[in-house]
Amino acid sequence: MIRVAMRMLVGDPAKFFGILLGVTLASMVITQQGSIFVGLMSRTFATIKEMAQPDIWVMDPKVQYIDDVKPLQSTALQRVRGVEGVDWAVPLYKGMIRVRLPSGQFVNCNLYGLDDASLIGAPKDLLDGRVEDLRQDGAVIVDEAGAVGRLARRSADGTTRPLAMGDELELNDHRGRVVGVARVSRTFQSQPNLYTLYSRATRFVPGERKLMSFVLVRAKAGVDVDRVCAAIERETGLAAYTKPEFQNLTVAYFLKNTGIPINFGIAVALGFLVGAIITGFMFYSFTLDNLRYFGTLKAMGTSDGTLLGMILLQAGYVAVMGFGLGVGLAALFGNSMGKSQLAFRLTWQLSLVAACAVAMICALAALLSVRRVISLEPGVVFK
Amino acid sequence: MTTTGQPPMVMTDSAVSFGDGRAVAVRCSGVTKTYGSGNAAVRALRGIDLNVHRGELLMLVGPSGCGKTTLISVVAGVLDRDEGECEVLGSDLDRLGSGERSRFRARNIGFVFQSFNLIPTLSIAENVAVPLLIQGEGRKQAVDRAKEILTKVGLGERTNSPPTKLSGGQQQRVAIARALVHRPKLIVCDEPTSALDHATGQKVMELLREVAAGDEMSLVVVTHDQRIFEFADRIAEMDDGRIVTIRRGMGHTLSTDPKAHAPKSSQTSETTA
Repeated sequence: MIRVAMRMLVGDPAKFFGILLGVTLASMVITQQGSIFVGLMSRTFATIKEMAQPDIWVMDPKVQYIDDVKPLQSTALQRVRGVEGVDWAVPLYKGMIRVRLPSGQFVNCNLYGLDDASLIGAPKDLLDGRVEDLRQDGAVIVDEAGAVGRLARRSADGTTRPLAMGDELELNDHRGRVVGVARVSRTFQSQPNLYTLYSRATRFVPGERKLMSFVLVRAKAGVDVDRVCAAIERETGLAAYTKPEFQNLTVAYFLKNTGIPINFGIAVALGFLVGAIITGFMFYSFTLDNLRYFGTLKAMGTSDGTLLGMILLQAGYVAVMGFGLGVGLAALFGNSMGKSQLAFRLTWQLSLVAACAVAMICALAALLSVRRVISLEPGVVFK
Repeated sequence: MTTTGQPPMVMTDSAVSFGDGRAVAVRCSGVTKTYGSGNAAVRALRGIDLNVHRGELLMLVGPSGCGKTTLISVVAGVLDRDEGECEVLGSDLDRLGSGERSRFRARNIGFVFQSFNLIPTLSIAENVAVPLLIQGEGRKQAVDRAKEILTKVGLGERTNSPPTKLSGGQQQRVAIARALVHRPKLIVCDEPTSALDHATGQKVMELLREVAAGDEMSLVVVTHDQRIFEFADRIAEMDDGRIVTIRRGMGHTLSTDPKAHAPKSSQTSETTA
């Protein structure tokens, strides 16, 4: 009877593709919008993730997220270094700087000042140059997106070229020179990222009493990171988060204080709703069209259990097909936008959510049909 | 007046029966069925007494709304009666659970519908195989058996065609093949010729007559079509939920040799066995 059920389903191509369209649409919208949402949220903690070596971030207790920098006194670094269980601790400057382009335009950039000695926090994936070259006079490393985007050089004839090795930048009235181009994850604000030495970064930016943004810490091998965090907080009065904790803190801030979740939530809910309505309507209509045949099968002795199985099989088939097509289309979309600024991150968890949503849609559609078929009196075939 | 132009005459089923002692396939006694309740109640069956014998072709005739379809629905086990007794092939279907009743129908009853009810997305061989698939037979064996029976009804060359490519008469032959494929003991037919022209209807009835006689199947045929009365062993005429007459048709005088089943122009009316 499996084959009979399948032939009944696919035998009417118009109806079959109508049902499939509904499921595919729901799956695609949920996956695509969800992926953009996850992509955006991932960008909020991209800086934390990029910096692989430290496993603890120390900051002012009032800091709410990565870009909410509340500078620390330089003595904080020594106090953290003195905490038991700390292997090493280095300063990090993170702030904004205005870069003046040769055209006279200004571009706001993220400026990262890395520990002069260890260069901890430097980008790993350098497309050109070496991290050590940051020790040269006025040296900066620029991220690829910034180099080909907002910091690209525009010539007199209107053509542009990416910022390249050796090009100079005017950084808040200081001369900077590009010694490397790195590929790094885009941040939430999508501004160009510049990396230089900590000492140089603090010279580039306007003088302030406190300039150190974070202390990056590595716990000693074999020591529990959470216990080191607790010790740092106890002994310095600063906040210390493990890398995942700081990522979560940052995401939580954006979830709570921006309209992003509700905007994407509405889009996802609409996708679910539209998909459910189309699928439910088409599937129910398909069942009504076939009610005479379900009644005939019932009269001929097909049990309610077999009929239920046939309908669930039909619903399951369109669910699997629609889910696959929807996720595939969403992935194609994401892939085609790979070079753009679009934040798109398709995770297996998101696919699981889409699969559950599709399963729910098809279960609802099947439920309507099952009720109709199971309550069908076999005697209707004689009417 | 009745549909055959004879005066109504209330008779018991036993008054017109076979004298050859054939076993009874269906035994109904005092069967009633009412649809709805209160002022809207419609009494479709008002105490039906009817026996159908093994190998017999019984026709149920009468005006629209007289209860013919309700009666075959009760006999086929697709509708519950309200009162009375109805034993089909030795089983009281009302006493069976839903699953048991489904299995009973799957094993023992074949159906032929007025509008054929062939699933348009299946080939005719697959349509015919459905009763075997319902009983859990493997697809290949079921389709092979379906092809055999389709050959028997003259459609062996079209087994892979969809039903929509066939004429009305051919579709009804497919429906008959479907009703026969699992060798049921009882076949119920609802207006099997009403959608067909005269010549095609005659051929369809010849086919039904032939297989019923050949395999000792019992057939209950609901019809308005007087042109096919000649194929009946007996004709039970219904009116207002009752059987008003039962008389012999021409079929009972015919041999079980299919070749001898030439249509006759009239039926004999008898009041006794």
